Amino acid sequence: MNTTSLSTSAAPSMTQTAKLIRVTYIALLVFAIVAPLLGLYPVFVMKLLCFAIFACAFNLLLGFTGLLSFGHAAFFGSAAYVTGWLIKSHGVTPEVGILAGTLGAGVIGLVIGAVAIRRQGIYFAMITLAMAQMVFFALLQAPFTGGEDGLQGVPRGALFGLLSLESDTALYYVVVAIFVACFLAISRIVHSPFGQVLKMIRENEPRAISLGYRVDQYKLLAFVLSAALAGLAGSLKTLIMGFATLSDVHWSMSGEVILMTLLGGVGTFFGPVLGAGIVISLQNMLADKVGSWVTVIIGVIFVLCVIAFRKGVVGEIQAYLERRSNRKG
Amino acid sequence: MEIFGIPHQAFLGQLLLGLVNGAFYAMLSLGLAVIFGLLGVVNFAHGALYMLGAFAAWFLLEKLGINYWFALVLGPLAVGVLGVIVERLLLKRLYKLDPLYGLLLTFGLSLIIEGVFRELFGASGQSYPVPELLQGATDLGFMILPNYRAWVVFASLVVCMGTWYLIERTRLGAYLRAGTENAALLQAFGINVPLIVMLTYGAGAALAGLAGVLAAPIIQVNPLMGSNLIIVVFAVVVIGGMGSIMGSILTGLGLGVIEGLTRVFYPEASSIVVFVIMVIVLMFRPAGLFGKEA
Repeated sequence: MNTTSLSTSAAPSMTQTAKLIRVTYIALLVFAIVAPLLGLYPVFVMKLLCFAIFACAFNLLLGFTGLLSFGHAAFFGSAAYVTGWLIKSHGVTPEVGILAGTLGAGVIGLVIGAVAIRRQGIYFAMITLAMAQMVFFALLQAPFTGGEDGLQGVPRGALFGLLSLESDTALYYVVVAIFVACFLAISRIVHSPFGQVLKMIRENEPRAISLGYRVDQYKLLAFVLSAALAGLAGSLKTLIMGFATLSDVHWSMSGEVILMTLLGGVGTFFGPVLGAGIVISLQNMLADKVGSWVTVIIGVIFVLCVIAFRKGVVGEIQAYLERRSNRKG
Repeated sequence: MEIFGIPHQAFLGQLLLGLVNGAFYAMLSLGLAVIFGLLGVVNFAHGALYMLGAFAAWFLLEKLGINYWFALVLGPLAVGVLGVIVERLLLKRLYKLDPLYGLLLTFGLSLIIEGVFRELFGASGQSYPVPELLQGATDLGFMILPNYRAWVVFASLVVCMGTWYLIERTRLGAYLRAGTENAALLQAFGINVPLIVMLTYGAGAALAGLAGVLAAPIIQVNPLMGSNLIIVVFAVVVIGGMGSIMGSILTGLGLGVIEGLTRVFYPEASSIVVFVIMVIVLMFRPAGLFGKEA
């Protein structure tokens, strides 16, 4: 008796929350579409969306599979280089460049993932960090990356050879479309049976093994998907900014994506997007005012997040909504 | 005289350089292993603490006129005290959580420390003179041995062996090992575990600081010297496995030598050889060469 009354009273509030979330998403999408008309600087919003894809890809691994990779800059950066090199030196069209970068990052993800999933927890983090550093040195010495200078002046070209992306507005809508596609794809992956197995691995790996799941294969596939999507973000970044440099593949970039995800809320859908928004805006606002104190500020936010704010912004809001609906029930 | 077609002076010179690097790997991975054993925290800030040790030596000489030999004591002491403060204020709050949070917290700390030093000193290095007593080189007949490098290898071996003895052969070390196995039980026997944990982190930090003071005269003292090293040390730790003290020491020295030899025969690969070895070890012995867990 008691349980039925609880579930019936909880049900409407659940649908209410779901409706609220849907309305928020639609409002945000409309906002994204009209943003250039409102005078928001499109390159800034594009950069933000690009890092939002990066953080969402990272969150697929940390939030929904429970694996902390400290080497995601390797995928982001190598894809940035592959795209830049193909477009600049071989004159391929942007969509081919992006596709090649994404696939390349996926292949590197397959190699790094296959090695890293041999250990768990803290070792997994250290192995991915070390392997990413290897990619860093490889790209530093590779003949096509321009060494310390990186690849500069990568042209945006024309999409499918038809639609010129040189105007910020044209590229902006392409980036928005790709971002929405990525966001929906990740949500689809997480809600699929495959995603449910990933969650089980996160919650209780020995249990998953005892139920007969080949957890290594699931983890590897999640790792490759996350790497490829991180690569997509890196490819887009080259297209938007017109350059790929060593800082894209440096370990501090891996740290930044962790911070974005942590700050927004690990394991939430919208958290990484919000986290990327906060970090990129902060860097944008502070860069010309405080110089290298930005690193210190990022470090302080990191420490505060870990000590007192582990759920992140979206996580805290979710927890608050849950508490409220429980009180009502 | 040549060894494998390489002039033997160059060969032995790189071998010694490898041994010096290996000595630093050994000292740093030893500290990481001891801290991880008791606290369950992978101390990303270890590189930053090493850098602080080097800057402490530079500051003592440059601003206060205190020489190398006193810096060898005061530098690690200062870094150790900072470690104790960090443990009391921050790390203490994380022991009941996933160890990944410890890694993230110490990562944030190293960003703060390095950022502050980069703002104060820029990315360029400060030079620290080799102490008078250890200047020059000794002709061993088959090679010229720079005295300071020999001293670094000797000193770090003494420190590593001392740490090994302390942990494996003394009563305090027995508490430490017991705490690593089961801290709650040790506490139940009336040992002040939080105190031991605090001192362990302080000692690990001091060890990193000591490595920094030793390194100051050989390399340019600069704010980023630690962060480049710490990633290699992580690979060393993965290769060795954090289970054994002696394992950390041997792996550190061995990898330093291998890196030195790679610099002789195939210089392009010298910056990645440690990572390649890590991959190979993970394929055949995922727990690491001296690791216990499966």
